[in-house]
Amino acid sequence: MSNTTPGASASSSAEADRSGGGSGEPHHFRRMVMVWAPLAVVADVLFYFLAGPHIPPGKMTSSAGGAQLDFNILFIIALPVILGVWIFMGYSIWSWRASRLPGDPEVSPNSHGNFKVQFGWIAGTSSIVIGLFVFGTLQLIVPAGAGGGEGPTPIWTPQSGTVLPVQVIAQQWKFTYRYPTFGGFETTSLVLPNDTTIAFHVTSLDVIHDFWAYQLGVKADANPQADNVAFTTTNHVGGFTVRCDELCGLWHGAMFNYGKVVSKAAFETWAETTKTALADNTKYLPPFAWTYIPDANGADGLYYPDNVDPYSKIEIYGAQKTKV
Amino acid sequence: MAIDISAETARPSEPTEPSSPVVGRTPPPPFRAGGRPAFLEQSILTAGIGAVVGYLFGHWVGNMIAAGYPYISGFSGQNDDAIVLGLAFGAFGWLLGVGALNYPLAKIVGREPAPEVESANWTKYLRFTTDHKVVGIQYFFGVFTFFFTGGLLAMAIRTELLYPTNHLIGPGTYIAIVGEHGTIMMMMASSLVVGPLGNYLVPLMIGSRRTAFPRVEASSFWLFTAGYLVIICALPLGGFPTGWTGYAPLQTQGAGGMDAYLVGFAVIGLGMILAGFNLIVTIIHYRAPGMSWSRLPIFVWSILATSALLTLATPTLVAAGLFGILDRTAQTAFFVTERGGSAFLWENLFWFFGHPEVYIMALPGFGIVSELLPVFCRKPLFGYRVAAAGMFGVALLSFFVWQHHLFQSGINPDMRPLFMLTTELISIPTGFIYLVTLGTLWKARMRFDVPMLFCLGMLFNFLIGGVTGVFLSDVPVDVTVHGSFFVMAHFHYTIMGGLVFAMFAGIYYWTPKVTGRMLNQKWGKIHFWTMFIFFNMTFFPLFIVGLLGQPRRVFEYASNLQVWNDFSSVSAFCLGASFLIFVGNFLWTIIIDPHPAPDNPWDSLGLEWQTATPVPYYNFDRIPVITNDPYHYSEPDAAPVADLTPVPPRVAPTP
Repeated sequence: MSNTTPGASASSSAEADRSGGGSGEPHHFRRMVMVWAPLAVVADVLFYFLAGPHIPPGKMTSSAGGAQLDFNILFIIALPVILGVWIFMGYSIWSWRASRLPGDPEVSPNSHGNFKVQFGWIAGTSSIVIGLFVFGTLQLIVPAGAGGGEGPTPIWTPQSGTVLPVQVIAQQWKFTYRYPTFGGFETTSLVLPNDTTIAFHVTSLDVIHDFWAYQLGVKADANPQADNVAFTTTNHVGGFTVRCDELCGLWHGAMFNYGKVVSKAAFETWAETTKTALADNTKYLPPFAWTYIPDANGADGLYYPDNVDPYSKIEIYGAQKTKV
Repeated sequence: MAIDISAETARPSEPTEPSSPVVGRTPPPPFRAGGRPAFLEQSILTAGIGAVVGYLFGHWVGNMIAAGYPYISGFSGQNDDAIVLGLAFGAFGWLLGVGALNYPLAKIVGREPAPEVESANWTKYLRFTTDHKVVGIQYFFGVFTFFFTGGLLAMAIRTELLYPTNHLIGPGTYIAIVGEHGTIMMMMASSLVVGPLGNYLVPLMIGSRRTAFPRVEASSFWLFTAGYLVIICALPLGGFPTGWTGYAPLQTQGAGGMDAYLVGFAVIGLGMILAGFNLIVTIIHYRAPGMSWSRLPIFVWSILATSALLTLATPTLVAAGLFGILDRTAQTAFFVTERGGSAFLWENLFWFFGHPEVYIMALPGFGIVSELLPVFCRKPLFGYRVAAAGMFGVALLSFFVWQHHLFQSGINPDMRPLFMLTTELISIPTGFIYLVTLGTLWKARMRFDVPMLFCLGMLFNFLIGGVTGVFLSDVPVDVTVHGSFFVMAHFHYTIMGGLVFAMFAGIYYWTPKVTGRMLNQKWGKIHFWTMFIFFNMTFFPLFIVGLLGQPRRVFEYASNLQVWNDFSSVSAFCLGASFLIFVGNFLWTIIIDPHPAPDNPWDSLGLEWQTATPVPYYNFDRIPVITNDPYHYSEPDAAPVADLTPVPPRVAPTP
């Protein structure tokens, strides 16, 4: 929009001048641009350097950084558009209002349209939209789905050979996490190694929840009996918040917990320690699976799907095994 | 000027002008069937009795069918069959009681239906009436009943969110209120403009004496009110925990209020289909001679596009609701995963309706603003064809964007770029509307009457709402903002900042036509400024709150967000109070101390202003002949919009 407003208004002002706008009338469109252009540049620069680095969700992971970059790019495009429209409206109100120009108001230019303006506007908005689409698609595909849930058969997968699978199990109203690479133990808080690509396998035991690891830039719905996979790569150590982001009933507002990204060594230690400490619990858990049927007796005569062997440790953290 | 149109109007298909010029000038004499006293006639009173009797009957039948089968009662422990049948028969009893079904029932049993009771006094507004002007006014009070009910619930939500962890309302009540607020507002907003202004103004604007199907039109209003009663029943039945989106399996799990949600949407959805259907046929077939498509007022174009969406999108909702009802009562498994259904099915069906639905709530706003700007700018509408094309472009594309609500849901991701593209493409036809409005503002001698202020406010707000929508369409950004307060702020900017502002522009603009009375302009300006400022103060901080990580529909939030939330809450209370200014203004200057309005206070060229005020029963003495489009401002030489007294056609004497 921003780049078309000039052409648009220039030609309509030219037309108005031709149709007897009067000599000595200021070049309104040039004035608007003179207000708009510096303001847009200053606002964009200020935004990018002052607010840009602090835009959520930060830079803790690849997907978080991607989301932040996308937000900043979109904002830098949106700001001049919004300013352009506001300045146009403000200038029109200030400059041509009936109370400022006394006399018969029925002397406004009676233009019913202007092909150049209309064509320019449509071409301009279309090119912005197509540009945004190309950029957004690249940002979606290159970093393996941008942290969003891709369903059970992800088509944009990480380049990294080693991926740590972590299962997120949502139920009314809490999240638990299972680490298939370490014997499938289950914890109530999420610990992740730094500099590692994580594959979150999000599932639910009852209604639809949504696993939103805010600072990680990861969001994936937890559906009953569905395995929703989301990828991200951790870049910084630190704490993060996990919230449920899909209305799941009474205590939805209180369904959150915390996690942290630690160094690889610390994670190894933690995982091995926890595996040992929880060994007695783990053996009573249902065997690890990508999805679970909530009823422990196998509701409706169905049994746990036996399509995965999560216990074999491949390379460092165990690449996800293909389903049988 | 009198134009001889005899050649054109002599076609037998044309609604021919009666040979006597007096016919149609006066309403039919009041008729009281059987001389019954007024309170025994069918009205909202008998409708209420019908609803109660219907509910009790349905509840009894449901208990007959399902008592003794505990598995039918589902999670909630209530007998859903009894509740569903009670609500459905209650809605049916409401229609029966008000007399909406008199005509078809009489025809079914082979009797001639009694002529409709036309009463001159105000009680006609409480009856089943087929005059489109009465239906429009009924809808006006109907949508505002919805609006203020939903508004009070919003005040409760903002009150609870004053504190991050201390609770004024329990979590169960809070969820019920959030769902009720969302559903009521969505139901209201679907009819906010189409109901009152669409029904009232479309025939006047196209030079017709009525709509195509007056009984269908009136039924749509009484279905709308029945939907209100049903959805209100959700609260005493325990509320529903799903919000307005009603996602399964939470839907299957919900208490009895969930039945009210499903039945309510089915009832009101039926009303939406009928209302849209009636208006489409009216606009296509009831245009006066000379009202070509290129002379159609732009507001009528927007109503046509909206009606197309109402008629085509709503059946999906009604069908999905029926599936949900069957899941909850007859133990089917459309949405039950462990029995072979799929929760994704509801998500897709719901949003296949839900996204056209949000454009049902945007297009009439575009229409009002484009219709009003030329009047207050004294300029022709800039790019009329672009505006009409933009509205239909939005309407068409709105059917191809629904999966952007499901970017993280776990459906197959391969369609994601496509839905990102279609969603961003829809900003092109939406941009047409800005092209049209900005082009109209160029060098316009603007007058800042109250309707114009609301139009400018709408343009200001909708720009923010629209641009943030592009953020949401970008998948990486959506990973952060999906389901957060950012989304919530976005759609409040489009629906409330857009549609509700446009609706108030329309109310201030057309009240003199409808009532012959003028709303106080000074208080109107105070209303605008308070509403505009507090609207932005309420919803702008919520973008920030959402970005900072607050999910929607939560009763607890991070304590570092309390300042933003409190700012928004206090502004919301002031925003609520600003509507009291409107209510006071309306009551005082329209009802208590009426201030007569000039015939055409805004010097509009629109056809609706050419007929008498108050509008006579048959709208026009003669069917006008349209000679020009209504936007020729600042063109002294332009032909008038219509010839209101065309020479009667030479009708051949019937053999």
